[in-house]
Amino acid sequence: MKGLISLDVISGIIHTMIGLATPFLYAAIGETFAQSSGVVNLGVDGIMLLSAFAAFYVSLVSGSLALGLLAAAVVGLLMGLLMSLVSVTLKAEQGVSGIGLYMFGLGMSSLLFKVLIGTVKTIDGFKPLPIPFLSDIPVVGKMLFRTNILVYCAFLLVPLAWWVLNKTTLGLKIKAVGQAPAAADSLGISVNGIRYLSVCIGSVLAGIAGASLSISLLNLFQDNLTAGQGFIAVALVYFGGWSPVGVLGGALLFSIVNSFQLWMQVLGAKIPSNIAVMLPYLLTIVALTISVNRARQPAALNKPFERGES
Amino acid sequence: MLSPEREPASPISSRNSSFDWSKVVLNVALPFAGVAAALVLGAVMLLLLGANPLAAFSAIISGAFGSTFGLTQTLVKATPLLLVGAGICIAFRANVINIGGEGQIIVGALAATWFPLSFASAPGWLLLPSTLIVGFLAGSIWGFIPGILKARLHVNEILSTIMMNAIAQQFMNFLLQGPLMDPAGVAQGTFLAQSAQLPHQVWLPRLVPRTLLHAGAIVAVVMAVLVYFFLWRTTIGYDIRAVGLNPEAARYSGIRVPRYQALSLTLAGGFAGLAGAIEVMGVQHRLMDGLTSGYGFTGIVAALLGGLHPLGLIPASVLFGALLVGADKMQRAVQVPSSLVMALLGLIVLFVSSASIWSRRWSARRKIAEQRDRKEVES
Repeated sequence: MKGLISLDVISGIIHTMIGLATPFLYAAIGETFAQSSGVVNLGVDGIMLLSAFAAFYVSLVSGSLALGLLAAAVVGLLMGLLMSLVSVTLKAEQGVSGIGLYMFGLGMSSLLFKVLIGTVKTIDGFKPLPIPFLSDIPVVGKMLFRTNILVYCAFLLVPLAWWVLNKTTLGLKIKAVGQAPAAADSLGISVNGIRYLSVCIGSVLAGIAGASLSISLLNLFQDNLTAGQGFIAVALVYFGGWSPVGVLGGALLFSIVNSFQLWMQVLGAKIPSNIAVMLPYLLTIVALTISVNRARQPAALNKPFERGES
Repeated sequence: MLSPEREPASPISSRNSSFDWSKVVLNVALPFAGVAAALVLGAVMLLLLGANPLAAFSAIISGAFGSTFGLTQTLVKATPLLLVGAGICIAFRANVINIGGEGQIIVGALAATWFPLSFASAPGWLLLPSTLIVGFLAGSIWGFIPGILKARLHVNEILSTIMMNAIAQQFMNFLLQGPLMDPAGVAQGTFLAQSAQLPHQVWLPRLVPRTLLHAGAIVAVVMAVLVYFFLWRTTIGYDIRAVGLNPEAARYSGIRVPRYQALSLTLAGGFAGLAGAIEVMGVQHRLMDGLTSGYGFTGIVAALLGGLHPLGLIPASVLFGALLVGADKMQRAVQVPSSLVMALLGLIVLFVSSASIWSRRWSARRKIAEQRDRKEVES
């Protein structure tokens, strides 16, 4: 335990945290868009799984990580369109249809993995890209400014999403559709159109979240690679009170707990690994329990819009 | 307007007084159209994967129904689906979405392993039923936790039950690699992650010799019928359905909505726990990893396809039991991984949940037509 206090370990924990937070940030900020427009997309985990596979497979075959990332985004977009069709146009119960999308992604990614690849392989994912000058700062530079492009973009996404949601016409339309769809409709905003757009933004980001696992963080693919991270990301949206900054806080909290847990195992702490792996799931339930600030919840969350009702 | 039984008989409409056949046809036809659409997409996927869809589907059918063993295996797999699905019916009827079947099965199985191993000297007439009850109770605790969190603190039950699944899975791994590990495996140095064999007096009797079909199948059917009576013939069941149909109206009529939400999730957990106990006592006679085989998810699909009705669930469970058994045969016959089934199940859920728009529109149109009839008679 003596080693824990050293500066190396602490900076190691923070460096790991930054990496682990990446998929959470993409997926949860994407889900913030979908939920702000009033649609709960519970299929995030399924989208992440299938996109993670697509990114891995395309990168493996083509040798180009950029093409892999593009494949993940395309898979995310297609699954987003499917989710919108089912939950916006056909007005299916969003909880149930999201689980359907999850099961589809889980089964399909496992099927394609077994048919097209077969065994667990690894690839060279995105390389660390030290930022000039900043990465030379002692300690902090090593902790924060020597990771790869996907990680930097995840953190840049937070202010970008905040700006889009709060300072642009599109963001206001998204929130109007999520708060008062009938009023938005009467002002000539296409409720279903905005919802399609928001769900698709969220799904493309979920696709990139999947890619950040398979070609940046872990550099491999296996069955059920995400282990429920997509669902944790949905929980982070509630925890973060539907704001990108809140989501950032939640993602960092989760990642530091996970990073701490991993480092404890590396350092040989006497905790059974199964118990340690439980931590993020327990923490999710606790986080959902304490995030009781429902005042900010979009009023039309989970409610399909039918003109002439309510 | 909450339930047909309590609606006053309409003086004008003859359609209301007789059994509503068109509604039944719609409720059966739409889900099966969803399954058919999923199978067609499955055939396309098989073609893209370079397999012959006809060969694959015929392997599924012959695997599930082509032999006595296949047929009994179908019923063996239908048993946990029926039990999990019966619980799902209760929860979904209260508009509580229980995705926690997997975790509830696991803790039910864990309890039903630990209990008889601890009291191995007890006589069978006492030990067997109490093990079933212990399994039910353990599962219901795993359902009660998200249930009470939803009722008291409005915690989203979909997310909390999924987290409970992951926690149960890790907990089982921990116990199987530690306290519950088979002492024989430790002695021989194999260290397999499985428990010791259960005492013989809690083994469920086999119904057909040289097959795995066990008495749990009968228990499951009895439970499904009991759930039907519970939901449609008792006050509590009526209140549960009222909460699901319209929580606001239920609250105004004095029903304590949170209490029934927690209760329905607790019962759903109990039935899944019972499924786990029966799986351990009837099939493997010991606890090993992979016991749930996705029953927690497949049970949801079966319940949706059965129209969230325990009696409709019985044929739906057999159908999905057959699909699971047939998929194993397909994997061997045409080398298509059985994960295809999970993808198909997902598509079925998407189709069936989308299809409900047609039945909703149809009943809305009927209501308008009835009101018009009524006005014409009055005037």
